[in-house]
Amino acid sequence: MSTATHPTAHFDLQPTDGPGKEQLLELSMGPQHPSTHGVFRMKVVLDGERVVRLKPVFGYLHRNHEKIAESETYLGSMPYTDRLDYMCSITNNWAYALAVEKLAGIQVPERAEYLRVITGELTRLQNHACLIGFLMQDMGSSGTPLMYAFREREKILDLFESLTGARMMCNYMRFGGCRVDLPAGWLDQAKKVVADFPRFLDEYEQLLVSNEILMDRTQDVGVLSRELAVSAGISGPMARASGVDYDIRKVDRYSIYDRFTFRVPLGSHGDVYDRFMVRLLEMRESVSILEQAMRDIPSGPIVDPKMKIRGFRPKPGEAYGRIEAPKGELGFYLVSDGSPNPYRYRVRPPSLINLTVLEDLCVGRNVADIVAILGSIDIVLGEVDR
Amino acid sequence: MNLEAIKSEIEANVPGCRLELVANPSPSGQHSLRTGAEHAVAVAVYLRDAEDLRFDFCSNVTGIDWPSREVSQKVKVRKLVDGVEQEVEEVRKTALPGTLEVVYHLFSVEKKHGPISLRMSTIDRDANVHLPSLTPVWRSAELQEREIFDLFGVVFDGHPDLRRLLMWPDFTDHPMRRDYVDPDDYEYEPTAHDEVLRRAQQHRSEADEEHPGEAGER
Repeated sequence: MSTATHPTAHFDLQPTDGPGKEQLLELSMGPQHPSTHGVFRMKVVLDGERVVRLKPVFGYLHRNHEKIAESETYLGSMPYTDRLDYMCSITNNWAYALAVEKLAGIQVPERAEYLRVITGELTRLQNHACLIGFLMQDMGSSGTPLMYAFREREKILDLFESLTGARMMCNYMRFGGCRVDLPAGWLDQAKKVVADFPRFLDEYEQLLVSNEILMDRTQDVGVLSRELAVSAGISGPMARASGVDYDIRKVDRYSIYDRFTFRVPLGSHGDVYDRFMVRLLEMRESVSILEQAMRDIPSGPIVDPKMKIRGFRPKPGEAYGRIEAPKGELGFYLVSDGSPNPYRYRVRPPSLINLTVLEDLCVGRNVADIVAILGSIDIVLGEVDR
Repeated sequence: MNLEAIKSEIEANVPGCRLELVANPSPSGQHSLRTGAEHAVAVAVYLRDAEDLRFDFCSNVTGIDWPSREVSQKVKVRKLVDGVEQEVEEVRKTALPGTLEVVYHLFSVEKKHGPISLRMSTIDRDANVHLPSLTPVWRSAELQEREIFDLFGVVFDGHPDLRRLLMWPDFTDHPMRRDYVDPDDYEYEPTAHDEVLRRAQQHRSEADEEHPGEAGER
């Protein structure tokens, strides 16, 4: 069980190896460790195999995204948002577009909202599938689950490619709508991919859910209490695995999510296994949302005709817009002073804030559990460091 | 959520506290409350714990840099022009001192409402950049306040672990400030070449002194 509930001070280890004193070892995990999903470092103090303290070290991928966006026009930083969480470029676009629409009071046509939901939920499917694959890979199941996930992800990325022209850096949303309409035959192709997806989920569940090694490695590991999850601003599947009933799609009812029926899976233990299961169950709900959206999608314009793309200058003011991204609450905070570029542009990165509790989850566990715990948090360093 | 009501409720329950309602003219309609630094922690605890508010989820914390600036306002004044009293438009300029502002966006997981934004400002941008840390109230401010300390240079008193988050420890400036200037060479670090170049320079200047006529050929 984790013991720390308050953030601890920074440390520089003074080795004490006198008689009768415990021998502490300082271990630097990363920045190039394969389990850190990028360039991320953890400074760990070990007592034997047990973690005594852990401090994450950030900033290896820092390029000051916010400063760059403040020197760009509003639309100019739209492709830049793709690079935040590069697994889920479409939801990044969506959060940014939503914030600007709140700032300038832009309406989105109905068909565009459906397109957003469809592409957004496809993004969630491929993110969760890959995350589970990476988690298994980190814990040593070399290849199989990850390759299953990548096989499904390929189909979704093919859809993105034929729609937006890019597989990962989609740059799909515009203020007041979407950039391009569906090409001919896309919807049928997408329906087929979505119809096939539950078969993959069945396969995945059969392979993993009651796997004894997986249960051994993940159950009661990295337990996050409900109180700490709320206080530490944990969002997304990680918070819901701890039993926090907070899904922004349900709470804010942004876009057209109030039209779909879907359930919000909740965990009860808050351990790594629950985080894995919540994501697995969320994919089923996403499939159900996709089926409803692709059945109901109306025809019509895909961008607000009154929206001026050139010379876009919102009136002075500010807005905070947020969506339920696959990793958690992705928010954008914009302050306008009436000029063509934002006066202040802030990204609320779910990956970074979910890492707040990393030490609390790892203290008292073994080194090998750090890998599983970090894998279950679901971070992308492009978003952590910005 | 009626911000006016929340404001008077906090002022009634936190002794000596005065809040300012900051209007937001944008269509988003997200107005905010500004609190003084001395009552900030009490206000935050009240917002978190009050039965009808329960803002237990501090979602976003960020800084805004406002360098000292002049705001010009058009005002109509009555004036004597050529002996006749007339209404004349006059431009009045007010100088606003520079400040660093910190904004907290709060939601309630329990009541499922929000956001409200809570703002605080430092006295200036150079010497008096201290603000109370709200990390003891909302743990989620921990990394975000560190980021503001790093990129804006606001010092949060009471933060348990206030270090630079994204820039490296030896870095001295604050990149998100409006008047920040990029260094010429980010990658600069002293190397053995510096010593060689210095000696070459010295050698050249000594040679110039001995044979002044050949300086142009080198």
